[in-house]
Amino acid sequence: MAEPFLSIQHVQKSFGATTVVADFNLDVGAGEFVSFLGPSGCGKTTVLRMVAGFEEPNLGQIVVAGKDVTQLKPNQRNIGMVFQAYALFPNLTVAQNIGFGLKVAGAARAEIDKRVAEMLDLIKLPHLDGRYPYQLSGGQQQRIALARALAPKPRLLLLDEPLSALDAKVRVSLREEIRSIQKSLGITTIFVTHDQEEALSISDRVAVMYGGKAEQVGTPFEIYNRPQTKFVANFVGTLNVLEGTVIDAASEKVRVNGEEVTLKGKLNGSKAGDTLSLALRPEAISLGRQADRDARLSGEISEVHFLGSVIRVRVGIGGNVISLDTFNNPATPPPAVGQKAEISFSSDDMLVLI
Amino acid sequence: MKSGKFWAWVVFGLGAAYFFIPLIGTLEFSLRMRRGVYSLDAYRVVLGDDRFQATFSYSVVVAIFTILLGVLIVVPTAYWIRLRMPHLRPTVEFITLLPLVIPAIVIVFGYIRMYGSDSPLPFLASARGTDALLVIGYATLALPYMYRAVDTGLRTIDVATLTEAAQILGAGWTTIITRIILPNVLIAVLSGAFLTFAIVIGEFTIASLLNRPAFGPYLQNVGANRAYEPSALAIIAFAITWGCMSLIQVLSRFAPKSANRPN
Repeated sequence: MAEPFLSIQHVQKSFGATTVVADFNLDVGAGEFVSFLGPSGCGKTTVLRMVAGFEEPNLGQIVVAGKDVTQLKPNQRNIGMVFQAYALFPNLTVAQNIGFGLKVAGAARAEIDKRVAEMLDLIKLPHLDGRYPYQLSGGQQQRIALARALAPKPRLLLLDEPLSALDAKVRVSLREEIRSIQKSLGITTIFVTHDQEEALSISDRVAVMYGGKAEQVGTPFEIYNRPQTKFVANFVGTLNVLEGTVIDAASEKVRVNGEEVTLKGKLNGSKAGDTLSLALRPEAISLGRQADRDARLSGEISEVHFLGSVIRVRVGIGGNVISLDTFNNPATPPPAVGQKAEISFSSDDMLVLI
Repeated sequence: MKSGKFWAWVVFGLGAAYFFIPLIGTLEFSLRMRRGVYSLDAYRVVLGDDRFQATFSYSVVVAIFTILLGVLIVVPTAYWIRLRMPHLRPTVEFITLLPLVIPAIVIVFGYIRMYGSDSPLPFLASARGTDALLVIGYATLALPYMYRAVDTGLRTIDVATLTEAAQILGAGWTTIITRIILPNVLIAVLSGAFLTFAIVIGEFTIASLLNRPAFGPYLQNVGANRAYEPSALAIIAFAITWGCMSLIQVLSRFAPKSANRPN
C-alpha cells in the first residue's frame, strides 16, 4: 500500500483493569472501505471511538493524512460519523440537521443551503428538508444521518453499526446505498459491524477482531476462503470442523474418519501422528460422488432442512456431523433422513485451523 | 361498574372534597364583602392596593432572576452528571433534596450569620446585596423541583450520543448546551421555571426575615389585619399557581418528540 491515509499504530485501551483493545494496528488507504467485524466486546467500537476522538488510547498513535491526531478533540479532527441510534437532533429539521456542521464552522447561509440541497439529492430524499426526525422512518433517519456526516466534507467517514437498528430489507438496500455513495465520493471509510454478510458484501477489506486485536485483515474473499485463525474460520460463515491425524508428513496424507485425504502445502510442519483441526465450508461439499472432487467420506443423513432455494443437509460421519448445501432442484425430491450418503470435496478446499 | 372502579371513584371524590370544599368556602367568603350580595369588592380593594402591585412586581422580578440562576446552575450540572459523572448522581440528588428537609428559617438564619455587614461577603450590607441573597435563597429552595424537572427532561433524550454527534460535527461545549441540549429539555426547564415561580410568589420566611418587600410578607400582613381581602388574595395566589401548572401542561405538548423509534 502507498502512504496510508489512516494509520492506527500499536493502539491500546484499557478501562480499569480490563484491556479492551490490545496492540491494534491497521493501515487504511485513501478511498478504501474497511470493515471492523467481530462479536460484541471485541473492541471494534472502541477502536472506532478512538479514531473519532471520543476515547483516548493508553498507548499508540492514530495518524490521519500524515498528521498525528491522537491528542486532538473530536471537534478538531474533521471526521464524519454515523451512529447506530441515528443521533439526529430532535429539535432541528432535516435541513438544519444536515447543515449543522457547516453552521458550526461558520459557513455562509447560501453555502449551507446549497450543500444541504446537494446532500439531500445524494441520499435521494430532496423532499424531506422541512421534516423533523420523529416524522421519518428509521431508514430515512439513517440516510439523513449519513448526509449530515458528509455535509462538512470530512476527511474520513466512520460508521458505527449504522444498519443494526433497521429491518432486514432496509438494511440490505441502505448498505448498498452507503457503498455506492462512498465510492462516488471516494471517501475513506471505516464501518463497524457484527454482521458478517454486511462486512463481506460491501468492504474493500475486512479486519476481523477478537479480544481487542485484529485476528486477520484481508479482502472479503481472503477472509472467507483463507481464514488464518480458528476464530476467523468459525466466526465468518458456517464451518464444518473435523479431526484428522497426520499419517505421513512427507506425502502430506491425513486420515479423516478412516479415509485418506492429501492436503498439499497445508500441514505447516506437522509430524506423523499429530492431530489436526480441519474445516470445510458447507458449499465446498457435494452430496454423492463427483468426478472433479478428489476426497470422499461416507456417512448417514441425519437432518434435512429445506430453506427454499437451498437445501441444507447434515450427514453424520463417524463422530462428526457435516453440513452441506445443495441447490433445490424441483425435479428431484430432497434426500431422506437415515439414507446412506457419500460426500465429496476437493482437498484444496479443506482448511487446516491453527 | 366493577367494584374496584367504584371504590376508586369514592376515594377520588373524598380527596376532591377535602381539597375543594375549603377552597369553595374561601371563594364564597371573598365575595361577601358587600353586605347581603356577592361582589368582587375584596378583589377590587386588593388589586387596587399600591402595596399589592409593588410587592407582586418585586416578587415577579425576583422570581425571574431566581429562574435564570436556577437554569444556569442546574442545566449544566444535570447535563454533566448524566454525561460524565453518573456515579455522582445519587449524591447530587441527595444534595438537591436537602432544601426539602432543612427549614427555610434555618437557611435564612445561616445567611444572616454568614453574610452580615461584617463578613467577608457582606450581602446584607446593601439592599441590592440582600436582593441577591434572596434570589440565591430562592434558587436553593427551588433546587429539588428544578433539578428533577431538568433531569427528567434529560432522561428523554440520548444525551451522550447527541453530544458526540454534535462534537464530531465540530461543536464546542457552549454550542452543544445552547443549541442541542437546552432546546431539547426546554419544556422540562420551563416546568421547573413555573414551579420556581409558584414557590417564589408565595414564599414568606426568607423574604420576611431578610426584610424584603415581597408578596409573601404582604399576604401575611393583609391576612393578619383584614377580613375579606385575605380570602381574595388566597384565591388570587391559587389562580397564579394553577396558571403556572396549566402553562406547564400546555407547553409540554410542544416538546421535541423523541426520534429514536424503530423503523
